[in-house]
Amino acid sequence: MATSGTRPRAVGRPVKRVEDGRLLAGQGRFVDDLHLPRMVHAAFVRSPHAHARVRHVSVSRALALPGVVAVLTADEAARLCHPWRGILTDYVGMKTALQYPLALDKVRYVGEPVVAVAAADRYVAEDACDLVEVEYETLPAVVDPEAAMRPGTPLIHEELGDNVIYRGGFDKGEVDQAFARAHRVYRDRFVVGRQTCVALEPRSLVAAYEPREGSLSVWISSQVPHMMQAIFARILGLPEQKIRVVAPDVGGSFGLKIHCYSDDVAACLLAMRLGRPVKWIADRLESFATDIHCREHLVDVEAAVSADGTVLGLRSRAITGVGPWSCYPRSSVVEGNQVIRLLTGPYRIRNYKAELNVVAQNKALMSQYRAVGHPIASMVMESMLDRAARDLQLDPVEIRRRNLVRRDELPYTTAFGYVFESGSYLESLELALDKGGYARWREEQARGRREGRHLGIGLSCFIELTAPGSFYGSGGAPISAQDSATVRVEPGGTITALIGVTNQGQGAHTAFAQIIADQLGVSVEDVNVMSGDTALVPYGGGTSGSRGAVLGAGASILACRAVAEKVRRIAGHLLEAAPDDVELRDGKVSVRGAPDRSLTLADIGFRVYYQSDKLPRDLEPSLEATAHYTPARPITWANGVHMVVVEVDVETGLVKILRYVTVEDCGPMINPALVAEQVRGAVVQGIGSTLYEHVVYDAEGQLLTRTLMDYLVPGAAEMPDIEVHHLETPSPFTLGGFKGIAEAGTAGAPGAILNAVNDALAPFGVRLTRQPITPDLIRSALRQAHALNRDGRR
Amino acid sequence: MAERHVVRLTVNGESVERLVEPRKTLADFLRQDVELTGTHLGCEHGVCGACTVLLDGEPVRSCLLFAVQADGARVGTVEGLAHDGLHPIQEAFHDHFALQCGYCTPGMLMTVHDLLQRSPSPTREEIRKALAGNICRCTGYHAIVDAVEAAAARLRAAPPRAAAR
Repeated sequence: MATSGTRPRAVGRPVKRVEDGRLLAGQGRFVDDLHLPRMVHAAFVRSPHAHARVRHVSVSRALALPGVVAVLTADEAARLCHPWRGILTDYVGMKTALQYPLALDKVRYVGEPVVAVAAADRYVAEDACDLVEVEYETLPAVVDPEAAMRPGTPLIHEELGDNVIYRGGFDKGEVDQAFARAHRVYRDRFVVGRQTCVALEPRSLVAAYEPREGSLSVWISSQVPHMMQAIFARILGLPEQKIRVVAPDVGGSFGLKIHCYSDDVAACLLAMRLGRPVKWIADRLESFATDIHCREHLVDVEAAVSADGTVLGLRSRAITGVGPWSCYPRSSVVEGNQVIRLLTGPYRIRNYKAELNVVAQNKALMSQYRAVGHPIASMVMESMLDRAARDLQLDPVEIRRRNLVRRDELPYTTAFGYVFESGSYLESLELALDKGGYARWREEQARGRREGRHLGIGLSCFIELTAPGSFYGSGGAPISAQDSATVRVEPGGTITALIGVTNQGQGAHTAFAQIIADQLGVSVEDVNVMSGDTALVPYGGGTSGSRGAVLGAGASILACRAVAEKVRRIAGHLLEAAPDDVELRDGKVSVRGAPDRSLTLADIGFRVYYQSDKLPRDLEPSLEATAHYTPARPITWANGVHMVVVEVDVETGLVKILRYVTVEDCGPMINPALVAEQVRGAVVQGIGSTLYEHVVYDAEGQLLTRTLMDYLVPGAAEMPDIEVHHLETPSPFTLGGFKGIAEAGTAGAPGAILNAVNDALAPFGVRLTRQPITPDLIRSALRQAHALNRDGRR
Repeated sequence: MAERHVVRLTVNGESVERLVEPRKTLADFLRQDVELTGTHLGCEHGVCGACTVLLDGEPVRSCLLFAVQADGARVGTVEGLAHDGLHPIQEAFHDHFALQCGYCTPGMLMTVHDLLQRSPSPTREEIRKALAGNICRCTGYHAIVDAVEAAAARLRAAPPRAAAR
């Protein structure tokens, strides 16, 4: 085993980020910063209609424009590649149509690419798009998810017979009996609007094809270079070894950049046809229209509750509209399934029946955005608990204490069948109440009400599904379940690490450098971590599902152990000691108990690389190892609690956050500062979801939110300081006990904020079950309540 | 193709002269013609603030200006904040984990630079207001506010010799 020495361990400390210097100096290397010789620029003619037949396309005027080098039509694109279909086979019965790079016979959402153009620069490419003539015959648009399911509704794909992509559900425990013996049954409908990721760096790609080698290099802003290599191979008909995918610096992603986008494929086809590099950078309008969307859900829920507040049973029925196709390769059925599966949260609810309908509609494709399903599930459950507590005259804290899974009940199997192996559900709640000053805020709230101020306190207790092992591969998608690391001692004794996990700003390189430094007894500065290039790093699944830290750490630890073993065997030979007696610490390799018998890693590097001929034949001249890791369990569960205090201005409907406190338990922290920043960033995205962000389509499927002035993301001025507290309950099933953290904040925020707003509005008899909670929504609810009260008094 | 115009300006103190189309934005000009790619484009409609540069000392959205409009001006970009090493604002961002992906950071730094020139001791609320035109999607802003407070203190104690022009 590697040993720790006098040097303080790097893991567990807020080591400053190794990624920062270049980025701060304006020397980032994002895809759009790349310029290749003979490179041309792509732009797209996109559908202005939600649903229309493409009658005729004429590209001759565009082709004639000086500076234009190619125009790619849908027919030609279809001939040049294999179409794709976003099916995961483990969701039995799901169906979706084949997808092509450019719209063939019909357009099915506003912004769908119809024709691709390549030209000397982007300005000319866009000029050429204006010269392409497309004749459409408009069709009725299918916009509303419930309407999409009704017989007689126009079909988005005629060959599929209906607009239903997937129907699923489960019935666990004795649900009807639980409802029969309930003291109260509460029913509600929750409506969650569409959102999108808004990574500040748009989707970006440079593709370069070498026809003599048959090789394609793609620089793409992506979380998943190996997955992109696999799907480009399938779609473009190239062998994997001829495809190199590089994700350089990535300007945020949050689930946006893990999908196959048709315009990316079309840009690669242009590069292959031209034999010249093609750059394709989405502008913000294209981002709003064609980046994956998420969340749009209707959830009807019924909760059976006993007189003491115990939740006896639940029924839920969710409908989600996901756009015309199930997204490839992760599908568009995962969020809906996570909504119903995660709905019981960290609560002991044995009887639960759920139903899910995933339907097609004429809007952009939906798929996985940060915290997939969690925010909706958690918001529904937390809101139902508050409703029951109010009705039963219990404090919201008390009803949670009565229903949360206790530590002595672990491992606990949820009604759906998830197994919580470790967690701190009650402990997190108590810590949040203490740090947040819950009791004091209740007093403040009472005082405020007397003064005409409307304060509300909201809680949410959530679980976070992290580090999914086999999640997509089991459904047939080419997405690695394992992850990997190559660790190499360089001749001079420093360390190079090549990691399959990628970095979009989380500070992954810093975290892995900390782990590797401790494992090999060197300093963080002596470790250089690289990632994101399929030609450089061993096979990996990139980042998603809060997997990076857990899988990357596991692979790094295993690779370091293997390297340390090699070092010990070689040092044992050189120092005439048994390898087991050799230890690595403080940059030295020495015989235990005899510190004068020691070598540096540089001494060993010199002997292994430059004088290997002098080593015994049975000692492999290697100081490098690659390891692959899959966690022992398919899911590692993290958990936490959010407490938020808001003030609602009942005149304007504005919500101001006065205090935001979180407790997060992601197991042992590799770097507490990185953990805190993941939480803060995720919380703010959760606040955005709950209060501001909404992708709006009109009844004809026209996209109305097309700029950052229409689609509001949180800004510094309206965001609060966010206090982050930690508990560290290790997972018994991951190397190092680590759990994921990236999505927790986004998962927990919506429930806490909705509850806080409803708590503030309770004296008016108002309870909202919709998000985003806009000022309009609050004002109209208050007006309705006012009218009801007035009529009631008459 | 449209007629081109000569644009002469200084960027980070260096004279620059290029022939450009009148429709070319200042942001594209800086990134493509001057090859200073630190200025980023997040929305190209003036909301996100990633492309913020200083024009004759004032923060502007370089995506909303044409290069020809900057003829004769002094432009300061993130690359000019420090000649070697890091400016105290950049150091404070590093110390306080005030960046993640780094895409908004150049615009954020230019806005903060302007703020601290005008207001050497801003409160947290004033900092948040000053940053209202710069979207960060990663950090949640808390750490950025911490960094700006720290940078302000550092600059009050020891103003740097070379600042962005």
